[in-house]
Amino acid sequence: MVFPASMAQQNHGPQMLTANRLRDGDVLYRKSDGWVLVLADGDVFADQAGADAALAEAQAEMARNEFVAPYLFEVRVVNGVTQPVKEREIIRAAGPTVRADLGKQSGMVNV
Amino acid sequence: MSEVAPNMYRYDEFDARFVAERTAQFRVQVERRLKGELTEDQFKPLRLMNGLYLQLHAYMLRVAVPYGTISSRQIRMLAYIARKYDKGYGHFTTRQNIQYNWPKLVDVPDILSDLASVEMHAIQTSGNCIRNVTADHFAGASADEIEDPRPLAEIIRQWSSLHPEFVFLPRKFKIAVSGAPQDRAALKYHDMAVEIVRNAQGRTGYKVLVGGGMGRTPYIGQVLGEFVEKQDILAFLEAAMRVYNEQGRRDNIYKARIKILTHALGIEEMRRQVLREFAEIKQGGNLQLPQAELDRITAYFAPPAFDTGLPDTIADAGKDFVNWVKTNVHPHRAPGYTIATITLKTPGQVPGDATSEQMEAIADLMDTYSVGEVRVTHEQNLVLPHVRKKDLPAIYAKLKELDFACANAGLITDIIACPGLDYCDLANARSIPIAQSIALKFADLDRQHEIGELKIKISGCINACGHHHAGHIGILGVDKKGVEFYQLQLGGSGAEDASIGEIMGPGFTEHEIAGAVERVVNAYIKTRKPGERFLDTYRRLGMAPFKDAAYEKEAA
Repeated sequence: MVFPASMAQQNHGPQMLTANRLRDGDVLYRKSDGWVLVLADGDVFADQAGADAALAEAQAEMARNEFVAPYLFEVRVVNGVTQPVKEREIIRAAGPTVRADLGKQSGMVNV
Repeated sequence: MSEVAPNMYRYDEFDARFVAERTAQFRVQVERRLKGELTEDQFKPLRLMNGLYLQLHAYMLRVAVPYGTISSRQIRMLAYIARKYDKGYGHFTTRQNIQYNWPKLVDVPDILSDLASVEMHAIQTSGNCIRNVTADHFAGASADEIEDPRPLAEIIRQWSSLHPEFVFLPRKFKIAVSGAPQDRAALKYHDMAVEIVRNAQGRTGYKVLVGGGMGRTPYIGQVLGEFVEKQDILAFLEAAMRVYNEQGRRDNIYKARIKILTHALGIEEMRRQVLREFAEIKQGGNLQLPQAELDRITAYFAPPAFDTGLPDTIADAGKDFVNWVKTNVHPHRAPGYTIATITLKTPGQVPGDATSEQMEAIADLMDTYSVGEVRVTHEQNLVLPHVRKKDLPAIYAKLKELDFACANAGLITDIIACPGLDYCDLANARSIPIAQSIALKFADLDRQHEIGELKIKISGCINACGHHHAGHIGILGVDKKGVEFYQLQLGGSGAEDASIGEIMGPGFTEHEIAGAVERVVNAYIKTRKPGERFLDTYRRLGMAPFKDAAYEKEAA
């Protein structure tokens, strides 16, 4: 498994931890020692040490076969609202920008 | 609606058993992965061998459509799969395949089983193997064709499927075939391509090209064999594959395609080595293509029984219809017949997407008007290959109901766009909204027809799935510090006059790019000579006037 570790090394701002659910590929966000489906519900790691620890913990849990490809990504928190810095993660958290009826933005989140 | 069975390759016992066994095997592999008996590292190559990727939002399943030919029975199954297991639509790709963007891993074994029931699968749509063979989408129908290329495409498919020497190539390998002088299959942009040609004695054989490709290092394919005799084609292709397999680089994924080897060796040396291998294989005598086998495969693709005595004229059914005929209807080999392109590109649509309902309605059209057959094009459109001219008004009326009746085949809004950052894990920028914004800017049909042939192709990263190098106007999305930018390239072509587009200069933002394209097009309109396409004017004048126009507003 290739983890985009370089992403974590480059980040200095707050970060979140994400992965995809094994059985259906849905996007997950880390919350305490589990996962949630909505970015706004996930944990934000203010410092690199906290983010790295969460990633290491997730990697150790991969043997449970519930999720794949965990990695960290940078976010910014504006007026209490968490938003990814990069377009890729904004789209991943919402769904295709060309189909508002698809993905998490559709309000039909699979649990 | 009674289903019509077109003349196309039908699985024999070996094919059916092989696909069924492979499907059953993958079911067990998925079960083992879900139970934790396989790690993701162990499972990933297995799922990729079955066309299953993990993308931005979900898994993505790429289903092979050999040489772009689909029967009505098959497209109804594709519609059913989209509705039952996905989100009610599929995406036709630049490789003549169809992709589903939302399948669940737990459902994929059932999807593959359903596909197998209509002689379809997802094998060889991923990995470092010889991928699904593509072909001229007018094969067996067009007036300019020397021979139908699909029998050869099928023979190449059978030869390359699980060939023990070619299951672990340095990199993926794409082969295209065509039987007509007009290149509608982008032959010169393939790792290897075969064009059916006729020699001075009037005998047909094969011209073989090698070393074309897109990606970060685009090359135009070069002639490896000017005229290969029919019975020798597999020996010749195998010789080329052996040279590549032995010498292709494996240390760097970006240097591993045959185009890099061809460029490094030079075409003369490449040819010398291939001919040496070819002589050895021929001496062994094991890879001669028997005429009986060629005839057996060719019989599957026998032309349908065309009606005779049909009117060879097209009724005038209004201005919109006449415009559609002008762009979307093409000369057929049989009197009274024609070929109709269904562009999945009405301005505002996602290029290449079709819903389950649209696919089913097209299946009805296929059964009623086109011997139960449709083709997928590398330009992300569909083609009804055998249509009576007298039926065109009825077909057009039905397409209007489906919102697939835009008279824009080959025009500025008939844009190729990869899935881009809206779906793809590799993308740096979005492609689809750029295609939509350009298409909407040029939505006026009179204006499109006034501009004439102009092919825009958009990729969301340097891998070039949107063929931007081959666009008359190519657009490449890049990521600049987290922001999407779009570089313009001009002068590319994927046709018989193939060329690689030239990069204009600094990129434009998402909001600027459609305006920049419009200024380039306006510069063309001002400077073109009678009869010149955009590409012709660009080739005559070069980049300067178009570059000045594109940056005019940005500099102001």
